[in-house]
Amino acid sequence: MKYLYFPGCSAEATAKPYDASARACAKALGIELVDLEDWNCCGSTSYFSIRELESFGVSARNLAIAQEMGGHDLVATCNACYTVLAKTNRYFAEDATLHAEINEALAAAGRRYDGKVRVRHFMDVLINDVGLDEITARVKRRLTDLRVACYYGCQYSRPMGTFDDPEFPTTMDRLVEAIGGDPVDYPVKTKCCGGMLMLTQEDAALKLCHELLAVAAREQADVIIAACPLCEMNVEAYQPLVNKAYGTDFHIPVMYFTQLLGVALGIDAHTLMLDKQIVPVDRVLAKVPA
Amino acid sequence: MAEEKIAVYVCHCGTNIGGKVDVEKVVAWAAGQPNVAVAREYKYMCSDPGQDLIKQDIQKLGVNRVVVAACSPTMHEPTFRKAAADAGLNPFLLQMANIREHCSWVTEDRDQATEKAKRILSAQIHRLPHNQPLEPIEVPVNSDVLVVGGGIAGIEAALKLAQAGKKVYLVERKPSIGGHMAMFDKTFPTLDCAACILTPKMSAVGKDPNIELLAYSEVEEVDGYVGNFTVKVRKKPRYVNTDTCTGCAACMDACVVRKVPNEFDQGLSKRTAIYIPFPQAVPLRATIDPDNCLTLRGKKCKQPCVAACGPKAIDFDQKDEVVELKVGAIIVATGFELWDPRQEERYGYGRLDNVITSLEFERLSNASGPTGGHIVCKNGEPPKAVAILHCVGSRDENYQEFCSRVCCMYSLKFSHLIKEHLPETDVYQLYIDMRCYGKGYEEFYKRIMDEGVYFVRGRAAEVTDVALNPEEQGRLVVKVEDTLLGVVRRIPVDMVILSSGLSPAHDAKEVAQTFGFGCSANGFYLERHPKLEPVSTVTDGIFVAGACQYPKDIPDTVAQAGAAAAGALALVDNATVKVEPTVSYIDPEKCAGCHICVGVCPHSAIQYNEEKGVAEVIEAACKGCGVCVAACPAGVPQQRGFLDEQIFAEIEGALAV
Repeated sequence: MKYLYFPGCSAEATAKPYDASARACAKALGIELVDLEDWNCCGSTSYFSIRELESFGVSARNLAIAQEMGGHDLVATCNACYTVLAKTNRYFAEDATLHAEINEALAAAGRRYDGKVRVRHFMDVLINDVGLDEITARVKRRLTDLRVACYYGCQYSRPMGTFDDPEFPTTMDRLVEAIGGDPVDYPVKTKCCGGMLMLTQEDAALKLCHELLAVAAREQADVIIAACPLCEMNVEAYQPLVNKAYGTDFHIPVMYFTQLLGVALGIDAHTLMLDKQIVPVDRVLAKVPA
Repeated sequence: MAEEKIAVYVCHCGTNIGGKVDVEKVVAWAAGQPNVAVAREYKYMCSDPGQDLIKQDIQKLGVNRVVVAACSPTMHEPTFRKAAADAGLNPFLLQMANIREHCSWVTEDRDQATEKAKRILSAQIHRLPHNQPLEPIEVPVNSDVLVVGGGIAGIEAALKLAQAGKKVYLVERKPSIGGHMAMFDKTFPTLDCAACILTPKMSAVGKDPNIELLAYSEVEEVDGYVGNFTVKVRKKPRYVNTDTCTGCAACMDACVVRKVPNEFDQGLSKRTAIYIPFPQAVPLRATIDPDNCLTLRGKKCKQPCVAACGPKAIDFDQKDEVVELKVGAIIVATGFELWDPRQEERYGYGRLDNVITSLEFERLSNASGPTGGHIVCKNGEPPKAVAILHCVGSRDENYQEFCSRVCCMYSLKFSHLIKEHLPETDVYQLYIDMRCYGKGYEEFYKRIMDEGVYFVRGRAAEVTDVALNPEEQGRLVVKVEDTLLGVVRRIPVDMVILSSGLSPAHDAKEVAQTFGFGCSANGFYLERHPKLEPVSTVTDGIFVAGACQYPKDIPDTVAQAGAAAAGALALVDNATVKVEPTVSYIDPEKCAGCHICVGVCPHSAIQYNEEKGVAEVIEAACKGCGVCVAACPAGVPQQRGFLDEQIFAEIEGALAV
């Protein structure tokens, strides 16, 4: 199984552990990830909100390179990268005017895109290409009795719902079950973490994070797992500020789902960069049989 | 044949045709066409004076071919053919030219519409000289009627027909008749109890000597044609002899399998493996559920039911049985299914306790239901607040676009029942629009408003158990944008009732196919005409009634069932029926006896005559589909009224303008 891989900007900064653990899991499961050459930022939500046409152009450049590299499937780990690339792809296929405009812009850089690439989420590849049975078969450390809150975030399956239900996704829960964990009922699984509001409207974002943490605590989750760098950071790093604002005492470990999968696959803590987590994950690891 | 004299009539149909087609111009052009003796226009050809024009020209001018350029032949061809026949002309010498549906309604430009009207008309003018007089085929009619589905629609239709002295077979898939209505508590807007008004009708069905009830049975195959249907019905084994069983329920007391979810109570209570679905069941006979009975599953059981049964009615060796019925007409009244709200994940049905469907609430508030009529949450406590969410699965482009028509009203009824049982409980109605269109409905709405129910205009966004404050702790929270206040609200409640829409039965398509008609885009059975033939189908002699055709409430269902019964009666009360003579004909001189047509005929209307070595058409059974015409390698079968020369002349005419 060979895929083109789009790491995304966060992978080089705050989400290094996501990138490292995804690559390690891929290797352990026989997935070959080939880095997209000379990739650029996907544009993310912020650029799209301000300059839509330019954003489509920026995003389409990545798709054009993927096409040049002969790639059919382009895999992203970050929810925002995945959604933006997939959205660009869809607009490209369905809006002939946009298609022409973008190709005019790409031509200036000597590129063109014909809509031949399929954008995939790394979870989609795990569930549908590798398969849960195969993953279960490769588990070295079953996460027996570990209570896991699966936090999908807003851009995991919405709006398109390509590989999971847009309103109530369950793929991450099924992955956790496949590696022996116990996914708790987490009704806020697709609720927003506040995103970049944490920098501009801190109180609004803290309110949202408080809800996410409170439900995880209510369900006695040992760990929250996330599929998006921004989700992971907000829910993990802002626990002290949430505690201050709401008089709570949350110290809930938060990990990327690829890190938890890596633990189950027997990958060492250093490779998975577990030591980089802000809330220590020792308690989680202690519950997993060696 | 004498010289052809064609009369042409172009209808304005008010402005339907006249607004787009220059009728005067078309008439002037038609007058100059070959064989046309007279060309006229008229405002409404279908009116009596319009029809009189045709009659007068036939009688006074000696016109012997007629073309009426007006609406679709499915609309008024019978009208004009009858007028021609009244004036002494064979009705098959009259053709319709559809310049309304095929032309004026679908063409923007007036000049183009006028040109197109000429072409459509020209096709028929060229065809007419090739038309031959045909005589209708008269066949005897079987006066028995089959009603399929034992809900209120089927019950009503069966009773009406039986009252008219007809023999009725009533087939019901479940062990008892009664349908959904038997599950209801009260009925809107009069609040009379459903059981009180339904059970007398159910028992009347059971007692009527003219009605043969085939419960726990399904129609498998329908063959034949109007007035003469042959129907195969599979009677499923009850494993109980219905002749000796008295419905005493002693077997139910004895049965050791006691935890089967009770379908009649929507799974809110348990039943035994041998069961009578509800105390008023008709027929009042026990049935053994083969999926749960230990003996039938090949497990060990001491069979206490056998010991308990006084009349020794239990028979584990019973097999299913196929019976063949001969009937003249069929009424299909197979009902609806509740839309499954599991699909709308946001509302948490199946995931959150105390989120229930409307049908579950019907059972909960019913005195004979699982709680004896006490409205309680799962923990046995009465709810302090209840939210009723409208339009779940209805008026929603993601699921069903249509309005299910009954949910607003039953939601109002629920509010009243909650207020009646629990006056201190708050009730919230979350609605998009209140649709209270029936007799006494708006008044009922006003009454419920006066009872202190809260009406919140907005479609619920989500139901969650995530509490944000102490008041919400341990309860359900409904999130909704109140579009009248312009704010997003969180309403804490203890019970959420999902007013699920009505869906076509899961096998509606297959059932429709069995009876030879189709389904509308929304999946409900397709009637012949939505306004003028709401109970007929494209298959002559087969009618539809009730919610299988479209969601409807009890008053509308009963009215439609009566109409279907009248339709069936108007057919089977005759000794004979005329069927269209546009059937296939096989010339015995030309047939080589290869059997190909015998094999392709979907209606078994062609038989092979061993003696003569040729294929022969059974005219009464032929439906004029033309399959044999296309299949014969020698081109021998010809379909009357659609002969090759007629079709070719029509094409030439269309291209001649």
